[in-house]
Amino acid sequence: MQNLFTAMLSFSLFALISGILLAIATRFFKVEGDPIVEKIDALLPQTQCGQCGFPGCKPYATAVAEERAEVNHCIPGGERTMLAIADLMGVEPKEIEEGPTAPMVAFIREDECIGCTLCIKSCPVDAIVGAPKQYHTIIAKDCTGCTLCLEPCPVDCIDMLIKPELLEHWAWPLPGSNRAELGHERKEQHHA
Amino acid sequence: MYEFAVILLSTILVNNYVLAKFLGICPFLGVSGKVETAIGMSFAVMFVMTLASTASWLVQQYILIPLDILYLQTIFFILIIAVLVQFIEMMIHKTSPVLYQGLGIFLPLITTNCAVLGVALLNIQHDHGLFTSAFYGLGAAIGFGLVLILFAGLRERLDGAPTPKAFKGSPLTLITAGMMSLAFMGFSGLVKF
Repeated sequence: MQNLFTAMLSFSLFALISGILLAIATRFFKVEGDPIVEKIDALLPQTQCGQCGFPGCKPYATAVAEERAEVNHCIPGGERTMLAIADLMGVEPKEIEEGPTAPMVAFIREDECIGCTLCIKSCPVDAIVGAPKQYHTIIAKDCTGCTLCLEPCPVDCIDMLIKPELLEHWAWPLPGSNRAELGHERKEQHHA
Repeated sequence: MYEFAVILLSTILVNNYVLAKFLGICPFLGVSGKVETAIGMSFAVMFVMTLASTASWLVQQYILIPLDILYLQTIFFILIIAVLVQFIEMMIHKTSPVLYQGLGIFLPLITTNCAVLGVALLNIQHDHGLFTSAFYGLGAAIGFGLVLILFAGLRERLDGAPTPKAFKGSPLTLITAGMMSLAFMGFSGLVKF
């Protein structure tokens, strides 16, 4: 009987001490949230544009971390973001599926705008100004060209235009890139 | 010194825990898909096995024998292993989230890796001393890691090989494991320990 009590007592004590040690270790190795989701989220441009097919950057980061999504869906982030995410996840980089389009910017035909504010609510980067029953307009330098405002507009008065290249930011395009081809096309048109 | 060398040689090659004693087969087959995860798993097991064999020896000598409760040996050892695994899980989660994700369920399953408990129990059965126990655990873990990494390498290469459809996946994995075990039988004449 004596032996039984020592056995129970010693095991309980041993378990208790191990538990306390583990609890102390937990404090030292505390992980806040899922670090890999945070890391991917930090790489994304945070435009919350939804072009990846997920409702925002954080959900896309979660999907990539859980391997539910490929690394190449972030269009605003471009190739650099894709390479960084592929490197972080340890997977092969993938070509970004993007048509040969230039950076776009939305444009509101103001004489047709009825001032419904629906596009303002849908803009992920707050690049539309306006008030109810007033014309809305787009702040071109903040627009990411995500096209999310096109659908809610009840009178279809929003166009997507090719973003004008500002002189102070202009640089030679990389050979073979979309921008280079576009410039080439423009030149041909100009000389035709 | 000579004794330790023999222990290492014996546990790594001759009495390899996976291929000669057939312990720890579950992670051997489960985590051997990619070399990178296999390396991570090897280091995790190395940490757990070495510390578990040392700690279990101490518990055996200073708790179980003095209190005459040897019948609690298994549950004490499992508790030690579980605590160590919990600890390394926290450590990996903090330091390398990618590895943590790669190891997945197999990381907590080191707790039930029979090779770890096997090493602890065999240490007691063979009447090893403290340092011998630690070295035996380290050797067993290195042996496990070596075989796991080699096997992962083989599997990575076989993935690209034109194998018959019926052999794809698990059958080929099991056949490869069997052949590796046969190959390691070649070491059996090397040392007697």
